[in-house]
Amino acid sequence: MTPVSALEFRSATARVGGRVLWADLDLRVEPGEFVAVLGPNGAGKSSLFRAVLGQLPLAAGTVSVLGQPAGTGSADIGYVPQQKLFDRGTALRARDLVALGRDGQRYGPGRPTAARRQAVLAALEHTGMRRAADTPVGLLSGGEQQRVRIAQALVSSPRLLLADEPLLSLDLQHQRAVSDAIDEHRSSAQAGVVFITHDINPILGMVDRVLYLTASGHVIGRPDEVFRSEVLSRLYGTEVDVLDIRGRIVVVGPPAESAGHHHADSAHGGHA
Amino acid sequence: MDGTDLWGTLFDFRDYGALLVLLHNSVIAGAVLGLMGGLVGYFVMSRDLAFAVHGVSELSFAGAAGALLIGVDVVTGSLVGSLLAAVLIGVLGTRARDRNSVIGVLMPFGLGLGILFLALYPGRSGNRFGLLTGQIVAVDNPQLLVLVVVSVLVIATLLVVWRPLLFASVDEEVAAARGVPVRALSLVFMVVLGLATAVAIHVIGALLVLSLLVTPAAAAARIASSPPSSRCSASPSR
Repeated sequence: MTPVSALEFRSATARVGGRVLWADLDLRVEPGEFVAVLGPNGAGKSSLFRAVLGQLPLAAGTVSVLGQPAGTGSADIGYVPQQKLFDRGTALRARDLVALGRDGQRYGPGRPTAARRQAVLAALEHTGMRRAADTPVGLLSGGEQQRVRIAQALVSSPRLLLADEPLLSLDLQHQRAVSDAIDEHRSSAQAGVVFITHDINPILGMVDRVLYLTASGHVIGRPDEVFRSEVLSRLYGTEVDVLDIRGRIVVVGPPAESAGHHHADSAHGGHA
Repeated sequence: MDGTDLWGTLFDFRDYGALLVLLHNSVIAGAVLGLMGGLVGYFVMSRDLAFAVHGVSELSFAGAAGALLIGVDVVTGSLVGSLLAAVLIGVLGTRARDRNSVIGVLMPFGLGLGILFLALYPGRSGNRFGLLTGQIVAVDNPQLLVLVVVSVLVIATLLVVWRPLLFASVDEEVAAARGVPVRALSLVFMVVLGLATAVAIHVIGALLVLSLLVTPAAAAARIASSPPSSRCSASPSR
């Protein structure tokens, strides 16, 4: 039996409003593989996910999810969207949001079975949010909502996990807890993980490969192959230094107009 | 006039039992509408559609007034009007901002059309006023039957799409990623809303539909936070 890839882009090109975001992308994410996606704002990182979810038709090439051409979403996909806070008045508790991640796509009102309850609480426990199970999501802090979101994405045990900046607004301790939870799911469920981040450091130990997107092209490789001064300098077309400061990677000097925010974030990542 | 006199003038419970028998259609209509309104209202609140309810009810009023003028069944007229409005809002207004501008255009159009039809209508003026404020004391048997059938249809549809609709309402992005047909569900809900509005108009009137479909759920959301419990507190509100 040939193993089916969790996610595969073949010669894929994405265009938004006439502008090419990325072109000729060939990326195969194996089951159990952890791929980090980095790059400046506007390089098309989130559009990568929109293409996988069938919300952005590719200008060329194909994308397939678990061996099937990507449709409009799938219950095999776990998705942590870019952070958007819930309204304070949202009539939904943390456990309800997680339960929707488990079976919200099914029809019928659903019966509150013990198995469902336990699965939901276990997922919340995993990201340290069990104590807030009965709190309305709108009342949780940004970091807490983010952890509930990750529980929601993991509760269905997806075979492909797409996470868009899941560590945003988390402190160091919770960054570790959340990335450990994701990594544990990756190995126990043999799930492919695609993880958009602006800072590679919190997940450096678990990343198998890195996709680095910029306006002028992309590179794919192991972190030690990508995070090198000559590789990123060639990619950006200007002099970029990659520094290793006590085991943390800091990228210095990507062009300001396309990567100002990224630069600031990287420097922040270095001393956080 | 002291307090007791005023109270006695406004409220008189002497023949309550006898009245209840006379008004038993009204009592049933109120109960059925209350149940349906609570269920629909929860989604109206979580999908932020309060303004849409108003837009649909104005067009439903125009439809009923048009039916009155040309002499066809008034309930059919309001069903046509509200379904038309619901589908228009559903198709044209996917995003909240688009939706509000669509409703902003539809609403004065519906109200104006309705008033024009009523002005042209030569019949009894009580019929006209009834469309705006409803006639809960004059629900006849055929009307009650339509109300019950439509309510059962609305409630059954809501129970079938309950989870995906809730998912799409509170967490659209993730719902779409998980394969929930968010656009189709949005249209389904608009049709459900159109049906609920059209039957409610004849009992409580175009102006009060909002209070039935929005107020109970909005109040419930203040005291309850889980979907089932806010649904339960919203339902028996009428």
